[in-house]
Amino acid sequence: MLLDIDFFTQDVLPALNQGLLVTLALIIPAGVIGFIGGIVLGCARAFGGPVLRGFGNAYTTTLRGVPLAVQLMMIYYALPKIGIYFDAYGAALLSFILCSAAYHSEYVRGALLSIRQGQIRAAQALGMTTFQTILWIVVPQAARRALPGCGNEIVYLIKYSSLAYLVTCMELMGEGKVVASDTFRFTEVFMAVGAYYLVLVTLATWLLHWLERRTYIPGFGAR
Amino acid sequence: MTEDVLQVSHISKQLGGKPILQDCSFTVKRGELKVLIGPSGAGKSTLLQCINCLIPPDSGDIWLEGTKLDRANKAHLCAFRAQVGMIFQDFNLFDHLTAEENVAIALRKVRGMSRKDAADRALEELGRVGLARRSQLYPAQLSGGQKQRVAMARALAMDPKVILLDEPTSALDPELVGEVLAVIRDLAQNGMTMIMATHQMDFARALAHEILFMERGKIIEQGAPDVLLAEGCNTRTRDFCCRLLEMGA
Amino acid sequence: MRCMRRRGGRTGSPAASPHFPANPRKKNGIFMASSLQVVMDALPFILGGTVVTVCAVAIALGMGLVFGVPLAVAQVYGGPLARRCVGLYVWFFRGVPILVLLFLFYGLFVSCGLNPNPFLISCCVMGCTSTAYQSQIFRGAIESLPQGQLKAARALGMHDAGAIRSIILPQAMRLSIPGWANEFSILLKDSAVCYVLGTQEIMSRANSVAARTHEHLAMFAVAGVIYFVLTIIVLALLRRLENAVQIPGYSTGNGMAGFECKG
Repeated sequence: MLLDIDFFTQDVLPALNQGLLVTLALIIPAGVIGFIGGIVLGCARAFGGPVLRGFGNAYTTTLRGVPLAVQLMMIYYALPKIGIYFDAYGAALLSFILCSAAYHSEYVRGALLSIRQGQIRAAQALGMTTFQTILWIVVPQAARRALPGCGNEIVYLIKYSSLAYLVTCMELMGEGKVVASDTFRFTEVFMAVGAYYLVLVTLATWLLHWLERRTYIPGFGAR
Repeated sequence: MTEDVLQVSHISKQLGGKPILQDCSFTVKRGELKVLIGPSGAGKSTLLQCINCLIPPDSGDIWLEGTKLDRANKAHLCAFRAQVGMIFQDFNLFDHLTAEENVAIALRKVRGMSRKDAADRALEELGRVGLARRSQLYPAQLSGGQKQRVAMARALAMDPKVILLDEPTSALDPELVGEVLAVIRDLAQNGMTMIMATHQMDFARALAHEILFMERGKIIEQGAPDVLLAEGCNTRTRDFCCRLLEMGA
Repeated sequence: MRCMRRRGGRTGSPAASPHFPANPRKKNGIFMASSLQVVMDALPFILGGTVVTVCAVAIALGMGLVFGVPLAVAQVYGGPLARRCVGLYVWFFRGVPILVLLFLFYGLFVSCGLNPNPFLISCCVMGCTSTAYQSQIFRGAIESLPQGQLKAARALGMHDAGAIRSIILPQAMRLSIPGWANEFSILLKDSAVCYVLGTQEIMSRANSVAARTHEHLAMFAVAGVIYFVLTIIVLALLRRLENAVQIPGYSTGNGMAGFECKG
C-alpha cells in the first residue's frame, strides 16, 4: 500500500507543491520582517529609555508566554469582533511576524548586552564617533553572537508555519490535510508532508551552518 | 624640549556623591614619562580616563599643545582623542578583528586612510612591537602580552602626541610583563610623551622623569624619582614603595 | 476537520459540558458585562482542560526524560551505529512540525488497528518530540563536563557504565535544568496544537465555547492567560528545584549550551 506511486504523483505531490508555494510565501516575508522587527525591538530593549524598555519587555514576555496557536486564533477569529479583519493568509503572516520578532529580540538583546564596555571605550579612545563605534565595532560583534539563536528561530518558524492551517490557510499542512481527509490515507500523505518540512528545515540548517562557518572568528560563536 | 604637550588643570570628579578625583593638576612636557603611583582605588585609572573624557570630569580643563579641549563639541572631542593614545589594563582589542585590522581600523575610519595604506602602516607598527608574524591572528589566539603589544601598536599607529597607559602590565602573567615593558622602555628612550599608571616600581625609578603619587583622589606628592625615593627621605611615596617591596619579598 | 474528532478518554473533570447562556451582546450592547458573564460561566470548563493539558505535558516531559537520557548517553559514548541512529531520530523529530506528526501518528494508529485516542496520540507525539529535544539538552550538558571526570572515575576502577551513572549523569542533570525549563515552556505551548485531534485540553475547550458563544476575544484571552500563568508557575518551581539541588561551583547560568545545539 505504501508503494502506490500513482496516488503520490497524481494526488499528493501536485497538492503539496501548491501548498509549498504558500508555505514559502509565509516563511520568507515572516522571516525577513520578523527579523527586522526583532532587531528594532531588541535595540529598544537593550538601549531604550525606561518606558520603551518596559513596553518591549512586556511585549516579549507576553508573546513568548502564550502559544502561537492562541495568538493566531486571536488575530483571525477575535480581532473581527473589534472591527479588524484579516484573511487567513494575512492573519497567519501577521501572527508569525509578531511572534518571531519577540523571539528574535531576545537574541538580539542578549548579543548587544554581551558586548563589553571596554570595546566601546577603546573605540572612543581612538577617536571614533558614536555612529562609527556602532557601525564598525558593535554591529559586527553582535551579529555574530546573535546568529545561532536567530538562525534557530528561522528553523522554528519553518515548522510553526504549519499552524497557519489552523486558520484555514491552505499551505503544505492544509493541502496535505485535504488530500488525507478525502482519501483517508493519513500515514502516506503525512509522511510526504513531513518529508517536505524535513527538506525545508534541513536546507535552512545547512544554510545557517554555512553562514556560521563563513563568519566564524576565534573567540566567537558557539562555545 | 621644554614645550608643554598636555596640561591638566583642576580636574574633579564625583561618582554617586563620593569624590573620586579632587582638583588634580599637572603638566606634561614633550618627551616626558610621568608615572602615576598610589594604592588601588586612589583614582589613577579615573584620572587617566578623565584626560580623554572616557569618563567626563565634573570640572577642570584639559589643554593639548595650547588648545583647550571643548568637551561639548563632539567633533573636537573625537579629534582630541585621536591624538591621545590610550592603553587599557585589560587590552580591549576589538575581538572580531585580526591584529592587523585592529591597528588599521582607526586609521581607516578616523584618519580616512585607504585600506591599502592602513594595512601597510598597521604591519609596520606591528613589526615595531615584534608581532609582524602574528598580524593575521585574532585576539582570542594571542597571549596577554601579545594582546597588549597589539594595543600599543594600535595606539602608536595614530601618531599620538601623548599616550596614556592604565596599568598596562597588571593583567599579565609575571613572565609576560617583560615583553610589554620592553616596548614601553623603547618608546620612552625614543622620546614618546607618556603618562603611565603602574605598580612596577623598578621600572618607574629607572625611567620616569617625574612621579605623581596619588591617594584618595588627590595628587599628594610629585617630583623626580631620585628625590621622592631617596634613601632616608620621609615621603609618602617612599613609604608606599617600601610596603610594596615588603609584600613582594 | 472535525471528521475524526472523538471525545478524549481521560478528560478528567467535567465530562458533561455546562450550558452556556445565549449571547445577548448584540441586542443590549453591553459588551464587557456579557463577555465577563460568559467567561465566568465557562471558566470551570476551561480550567478542567488545564488538567488535561498539564497531564499531557507531564507525561510527554517524563517520556522525554526517560528516553532522552539513554539517547544522549548513546550519542556521546556509543559506537558509530548508535550515534547515527540517534542522530537520525533527532533529525526526524526536530525537523517535522508537531501538527504533521499528530496526523501522521493518527494515521499510524488507524492503520495498526489501534483505537486512535486523541489524548494518547498527543502524548506520544509530544513525548517523541521532547525525547529528541531533551536528548540534545543532556548531550550538551554531558559534553560540557570536563574530560577529567570520566578519567578520574576510570582511574578508581569504575566500569564505564557505573561511571556514567554515578559520576557523569548527576552532574549533567544539574546542568540541564535551565534547558529543561525551556523545554517545558516550549512543550506547553506546543500542546495547544493538540486540539486538532480533539484532545479536550485548554485550547480545544476555549475554541468550542468561543464557537458557541461568539466570544472569541474573551475566550482566547482566557486561554492565553492560563498558558501564561502555567508557564510562570512551573518555571518558578523549576528554579526552586535548581536551587535545591545546587552544588557550589556548578553555575547553571550558562547551562543553555546544550539547548542551542543543532543536529
